[in-house]
Amino acid sequence: MLEIIATAFIATGAVFFIAGTVGLLRFPDIYCRLHALTKADGLGLALIALGLALMANSFGEVFRILLIWFFVAVASATGSHLIASHARLVDRVHENDPDRERQT
Amino acid sequence: MSDPFLLFDLLLAGAVIALAIATLTVRDLFAAIILFVIFGLLSALAWVRLSAPDVALAEAAIGTGVTGALLLKTLHHLRYVTGSLGTNAVESLSPVQPVPAGVSWANAAFCGLITLGLATAFLGAPHAGPGLEGLVAEAMPASGVSHPVTGVLLNFRAYDTLMEVVVLLAAVIAVWQIERGLSDAPAPALGEVWEGFARLTLPAIIVVGTYLLWKGSEAPGGAFQGGAVLAAVGLMLLLSRLYVPRPAHRAVARWAFVLGTGVFAGVALLVASGGRVAFEYPLEHAKTLILLIEGLVTISIAVTLAALFHGREPVAVPAERGDNDA
Repeated sequence: MLEIIATAFIATGAVFFIAGTVGLLRFPDIYCRLHALTKADGLGLALIALGLALMANSFGEVFRILLIWFFVAVASATGSHLIASHARLVDRVHENDPDRERQT
Repeated sequence: MSDPFLLFDLLLAGAVIALAIATLTVRDLFAAIILFVIFGLLSALAWVRLSAPDVALAEAAIGTGVTGALLLKTLHHLRYVTGSLGTNAVESLSPVQPVPAGVSWANAAFCGLITLGLATAFLGAPHAGPGLEGLVAEAMPASGVSHPVTGVLLNFRAYDTLMEVVVLLAAVIAVWQIERGLSDAPAPALGEVWEGFARLTLPAIIVVGTYLLWKGSEAPGGAFQGGAVLAAVGLMLLLSRLYVPRPAHRAVARWAFVLGTGVFAGVALLVASGGRVAFEYPLEHAKTLILLIEGLVTISIAVTLAALFHGREPVAVPAERGDNDA
């Protein structure tokens, strides 16, 4: 029973990761892409960590998964903040730059 | 091996090769670095799939984390030198001078030779043989530690590890010879969010690095992995300007660079003077000696990698270039 619930959590998490990746590839500019990526991946990571924690063998493992989740979440939030603020800085330097529309 | 994993392995191998090609062919230097970092992370995953978590940790920490930071710092410097800092990435792809064709061909020739050597070694290796695992497992009780990889690295093949530490020492000596003074390139403004992040993670990195080192005697981990993680502390301190290298710190830094190599070689000589072979530790002291070497080598690796990231010998006045007080 626990395994089924865990698998469901992990599968849902994977779906969010795929959605985030689709957003990264399809959205028009860097801010929308960051939005898609961080929101979807944050939730996906939390779901996968939850699923893995349910399957863990000991309390120590649960604690480690919790720590990994916490630090990856904080690092990804900080990273996307840095990317976005740098993009804003470059945008101010080049007010009308056609390069922003570049597709990846 | 079950089928789903075979599919995963094939996809992983394909992705690693595709990323390697993309890294070499993409024209934007920043994109090349990011692709290289992703390549490193997937290589680490490949090492996990090959049941080599020690190599995976080293690849992730040194090959990807520290090397990625070094490459980004170099790009920042290159952009500053070419005057394209703060502009779009695409405009700043040309280095200061184009690489001479001779250098490219020499690089290609050396890479080809290494590939040829690896291929020869791979094809010449005995197929599906027992390998050296049996020999190592047999000798483990004599090593003083319980993790086979640490036993091999710090005891049975300690010479190789000593040479790796010497390579790092040589690298930092070369870098300090090449450039002195303060970088004129402005440090990127990182903002308050970054500072909060640094405050939150710095203690955690120290704990993780020490844990990796301590765990090394019984599980994957060890001096190089722990040292690379601890070097991240130095990188963050340097990036957030919480620590600014000063000329007065050079003596401490030099001692820290040499510490690992010195103690490693010193222990070898000490053991050898007692009528044994260089790295034949007496069994009752083996674990203590290995931990001592690993601990000090970790400090050396961390300081050396952070110094390599800083990239130059701190000198107060850049005009003092003739100053040879080494």
